[in-house]
Amino acid sequence: MRLIVPLRGVIQGRGGLFVGSLIPCCLFYFLQLYLKRRRPPPSDPTELPRTSSRTNLFSRGNSIGRVRVSSRAVPVAKPSDSPYYIGLERVKTDPYNRITNTDGIIQLGLAESTLCFDLLQRWMSENLMESMMQSDDGEFDISSIAMYKPFEGLLELRVAFADFMSRIMGGNVSFDPSNMVITAGGTPAIEVLAFCLADHGNAFLIPTPYYPGFDRDIKFRTGVELIPVHCRSSDNFTVTVSALEQALNQARKRGSKVSGILFSNPSNPVGNILSRETLQDILRFAQEKNIHVISDEIFAGSVYGDKEFVSMAEIAGSGEFDKSRVHIIYGLSKDLSIPGFRAGVIYSFHEDVVNAAKKLMRFSSVPVPVQRILISLLSDVRFIEEYMTAHRQRIRDKHIRFVEGLKQLGIPCAESGGGLYCWVDMSSLLTSYSEKGELELFEKLLTAAKINATPGTACYCIEPGWFRCCFTALADEDIPVIMERIRQLRESSRS
Amino acid sequence: MTRTEPNRSRSSNSDSDKNSGNGGGGRTTAMRVIVPLQGVVQGRGGLFLGSVIPCAFFYFLQFYLKRNRKNDESDNSGEQNSSASSSSSSPNSGLPDPTRSQSAGHLTELTGLPRSLSRILLSPRNSGGAVSVSGRVNCVLKGGDSSPYYVGQKRVEEDPYDELGNPDGVIQLGLSQNIKLSFDDWVLENAKEAISDGLSISGIASYEPSDGLLELKMAVAGFMSEATKNSVSFDPSQLVLTSGASSAIEILSFCLADSGNAFLVPTPCSPGYDRDVKWRTGVDIIHVPCRSADNFNMSMVVLDRAFYQAKKRGVRIRGIIISNPSNPMGSLLSRENLYALLDFARERNIHIISNEIFAGSVHGEEGEFVSMAEIVDTEENIDRERVHIVYDLSKDLSFPGLRSAAIYSFNESVLSASRKLTTLSPVSSPTQHLLISAISNPKNVQRLVKTNRQRLQSIYMELVKGLKELGIECTKSNGGFYCWADMRGLISSYSEKGEIELWNKLLNIGKINVIPGSCCHCIEPGWFRICFSNLSEKDVPVVMNRIRKVCQTCKSQN
Repeated sequence: MRLIVPLRGVIQGRGGLFVGSLIPCCLFYFLQLYLKRRRPPPSDPTELPRTSSRTNLFSRGNSIGRVRVSSRAVPVAKPSDSPYYIGLERVKTDPYNRITNTDGIIQLGLAESTLCFDLLQRWMSENLMESMMQSDDGEFDISSIAMYKPFEGLLELRVAFADFMSRIMGGNVSFDPSNMVITAGGTPAIEVLAFCLADHGNAFLIPTPYYPGFDRDIKFRTGVELIPVHCRSSDNFTVTVSALEQALNQARKRGSKVSGILFSNPSNPVGNILSRETLQDILRFAQEKNIHVISDEIFAGSVYGDKEFVSMAEIAGSGEFDKSRVHIIYGLSKDLSIPGFRAGVIYSFHEDVVNAAKKLMRFSSVPVPVQRILISLLSDVRFIEEYMTAHRQRIRDKHIRFVEGLKQLGIPCAESGGGLYCWVDMSSLLTSYSEKGELELFEKLLTAAKINATPGTACYCIEPGWFRCCFTALADEDIPVIMERIRQLRESSRS
Repeated sequence: MTRTEPNRSRSSNSDSDKNSGNGGGGRTTAMRVIVPLQGVVQGRGGLFLGSVIPCAFFYFLQFYLKRNRKNDESDNSGEQNSSASSSSSSPNSGLPDPTRSQSAGHLTELTGLPRSLSRILLSPRNSGGAVSVSGRVNCVLKGGDSSPYYVGQKRVEEDPYDELGNPDGVIQLGLSQNIKLSFDDWVLENAKEAISDGLSISGIASYEPSDGLLELKMAVAGFMSEATKNSVSFDPSQLVLTSGASSAIEILSFCLADSGNAFLVPTPCSPGYDRDVKWRTGVDIIHVPCRSADNFNMSMVVLDRAFYQAKKRGVRIRGIIISNPSNPMGSLLSRENLYALLDFARERNIHIISNEIFAGSVHGEEGEFVSMAEIVDTEENIDRERVHIVYDLSKDLSFPGLRSAAIYSFNESVLSASRKLTTLSPVSSPTQHLLISAISNPKNVQRLVKTNRQRLQSIYMELVKGLKELGIECTKSNGGFYCWADMRGLISSYSEKGEIELWNKLLNIGKINVIPGSCCHCIEPGWFRICFSNLSEKDVPVVMNRIRKVCQTCKSQN
């Protein structure tokens, strides 16, 4: 008799009739309502050709349908319709070359830097062989590079990575190698974190405009959704807690569970740097709502402005906050300009996340020979110092040149202090102030002016007319060419 | 999500009055669902349906919740500290009615609290509760740490055997690397050359296609043809390179099956599938047991039965994963077998993933290795599209640290999806260039494959001979790095427990790390996978002595 037996009240006469029948009736009613709302649209007449009786009748060959791929692979297989990828593809077909193809498309869509290739080349030619071949006794020992090694990266590499990271972040914060997992680039790092922090159907809040690649990295396989938190040019695209709060409440109202906040700092595509106060606000907000914080700091070493870069690790380590919710992504593709090495890192204060990521690295670990090269590269302190100084200086110079060129055309840029790109306001070139107008301009830039810049739409910016232009793969003499092309485009559209 | 349900229902139970108000409101709005007590109003016998059914449902729901409650509470504990502590402090269901409902009310109140803003502002430090990781990562975290596979690897890492430095250490016979090949002088010289040639190219630092440079794909296609003795030519455009066979299998699982679908896998199988297929893709594995009586060959009848059983349970089978040469037995699938398999897949309209990572390591004289690619080469398109081959470069090149493998598929959608997914497990440019310079010269490739085969063959012969002298038989192996040893005579009880006992003895007394059959999902106890590719010839007697020691302790106990 410990359960509420329905209609028990009738027998025992203690008012149980009411409780015993009305509650279940209500519940049943709501259950039906719930099911009714959740029912999938009744299309999908699949499965038919698959029944065994059918195949047995026409046993071999003809009648059997084509084998299908999984439904989740279908959207992945389709060509992307994001202007970001369309632009990248178009450049591949007709890339600009100063000498051989002067009419080609100039690439401003890919954040890669060639500014310090001379330094890298010098280091590689001097040290590469040695770094691969070295072993304790100076003899070439193939087992040091050929064998299976721990998936999360050699301890030596993690130590070198930790030193390097704290060096480029100004030495204010130190990283613990045991919280670190080496990944095959920033892309797998983000995917693994998304897998570890959120279940299928959960969501991350993400301030817009954001890096268009996140869509692919996070949504493809993990099934985690991204909920945009819109930032505006009036705040220089800096996220505010009230916007976060509003987005979170709306998401909860819609019934989706928010597991964390993801943002990049220095931000991609705007290039602004989050202040210490903003970071504290974000972390405090995350703590209130009991969600995770993922800080993508892949451009931390490419800071060229006056503003100081503060790592989320520093805020988390201050003791004021519960740091187990803080996870940091870093990689060498941008700051050391070696994207081909595919070296990234997950730095997490949550023990379970570190352990799970270690195990998941069986799917995307860095090959041991590459690890060896990285160890000697990162531990060569003199080279690193020289490189980082040059890297920053050269981005700064290039940035000034590029922004100055645009300014002369009357095109302003958002204020930025880091990254390999700037965030350009081309709204004066739009024919109509809308997403459609922006995509038209993108198309014109691509076909008429032959410039591939990433439109704000691809980054989910709500204000039309903004474009991300990566300038670090340009030579100085390319900049006038670009400006000339934009000028011509403007004139032709005016006339 | 579901775990909050008991709380919710219990809470609604305690404030029944509020709920009744809600129900009344609902009655008047939507008429398409069965409105409770509709019958009373409309008088069409609906009274019965409208109240008895929900009452019955509710009754069973309570029953169900009651039975599941214990588990739920233990699940809770990991996720939310505060709620778990409060629920564990709440009295168990054995107490009389009023107390329980009171405590239940108390409990729901507490679970609601820690999220609320005001509470946190009061004491910002600890009250927020530990933030939880995703539910699905728990299986990765727990993922078999206690399985002999990991325990053994760990022991080897802590105390590895070294002929001079640590002669009492644990000998690794569990991990499939083929490192000793590299000690061949010629290979060593060649590797040095490959490194210096490969890396002098300045392009290694910049972005390159993550699914592999065309140059590399051509070299890989050539290498694969060589490994299959040129019986079939591979088309470079159908290749997608990935970082390691694990990610190749994961990508294929993702592309071929949805979460909740399943693959058939004949057992004994590679222990790695449990991680590669299940962890992130949510695809299930249905094991199809093969028996020693059939020499562990799979039979179509058993496959068929497994297929229908799964179907009856409502599980959708999307494909079958085979390994050829098989892991762990090392046997080769015959041409007839492969045709039968293709017929089976065609009839059931499912995919075939053929794991051919040991194709370049066929060492037996008798069997002929036939690639699935050769079988479907002459078939119609509709059949080719269901065939996907996984190939591991680092295994055959004896360079597992390079982490590079390939998917070879005839299905355009699978190829284009895989190409995009390789950004999530890419092969780095230095690796690509190393590989190009290592395998683009056909003469080198031929010599490498030949050296590899000879070495595997001689060490395999030694090992099998030694085991035979100890009275341990192995199944006939023609490829791969393993022999599949029958130690049924040594186990104390014919069960999985007996097998693990013997494995423990081998590890602790014999100090050798082998993989017990249970890790390979073999249903017959007493079989062990011994990986011999790590051994050099002078190690074999050491291993034999150690096994002999274990044999003796086993016999003396019996």
